[in-house]
Amino acid sequence: MVEHLADDRIMQDGPAAAGGKPGWRGFVADWASDQSSFKGVSWGKAMMWVFLLSDTFVFGCFLVAYMTARMSTVVPWPNPSEVFALEIAGTSVPLILIAIMTFVLISSSGTMALAVHYGYLRDRRKAGMLMLATAFLGACFVGMQAFEWTKLIHEGVRPWGNPWGAAQFGSTFFMITGFHGTHVTFGVIFLLILARKVLRGDFETGRRGFFTSRRGQYESVEIMGLYWHFVDLVWVFIFAFFYLW
Amino acid sequence: MTDATAHADTQQHHPVKLYLTVWVWLFILSACSYFVDYVGVQGLLRWSLIILFMLLKAGLIVAIFMHMAWERLTLIYAILLPPLLILVFVAIMVAESNYTLLTRVMNFASGT
Repeated sequence: MVEHLADDRIMQDGPAAAGGKPGWRGFVADWASDQSSFKGVSWGKAMMWVFLLSDTFVFGCFLVAYMTARMSTVVPWPNPSEVFALEIAGTSVPLILIAIMTFVLISSSGTMALAVHYGYLRDRRKAGMLMLATAFLGACFVGMQAFEWTKLIHEGVRPWGNPWGAAQFGSTFFMITGFHGTHVTFGVIFLLILARKVLRGDFETGRRGFFTSRRGQYESVEIMGLYWHFVDLVWVFIFAFFYLW
Repeated sequence: MTDATAHADTQQHHPVKLYLTVWVWLFILSACSYFVDYVGVQGLLRWSLIILFMLLKAGLIVAIFMHMAWERLTLIYAILLPPLLILVFVAIMVAESNYTLLTRVMNFASGT
């Protein structure tokens, strides 16, 4: 049977993968194989990773732009701890809404990870419901972000100025959180579409997708998960650099 | 049978307990970074704590939730090495911002 498997792999990935060498030897063999380099990774997953890499650069550029604006201004930067404070029961709690948003997004990451797990176990009810829970938490996050934007706009924050200090605060804030919020929104939409497919049993019945006319598999859930975890990952960096710094 | 084993190769099977443990750790680390702000730690200690918690969280998400820990080195390096170039960009822009700040202070900001 092992031989059989090896034959299979030669058919799929060329001789270099036949041994499936681990570590550095495998690394060199994979890149030198003159065929697909990412052995054992489907094109969908590899392309999602490449997309996420490009998105990393987009958000990286935003954060570098923010750093440059903040470092080069002679006007003091507004203190995020005070700007994002909320009045709760008469006392002002610093950054509380952002903390809740962070916890909501991390919770959604957890439910997504479990959805991927149950997807591979072919437990479509659990996988589907966990994806719906993820979408719900994502929608909560976007809702809280809309609340935060509304509050700041009422307080006079604009892309060209604000009452507390450096004018660039508004432009970087709206740009970075807006772009991130858009990512979350699209994630929620795709989660709902995929949850419907999973719950309907499309991956068991081999029903073809309405857009691609191809049969899906449970790996789609993992690829969706990669995107969703990335959105959470970006928030980790925004939380650290924009809100806490 | 062969098909099933070949499939298991590309799929990720890990105990639920692992995901739950990572989940709890993400909550703990988030709470820690929030408390850095709540307590009001300032200066170098604040920045190093923020970055420490941030990197730990990012590492857990990428390694466990995104299954990067179980991928082949080829994919790991193709995806994780290029973002390091952003650090070069950061270094360039730090130098540039310092220069901009210097010229602003010398030429425009004397009155304010």
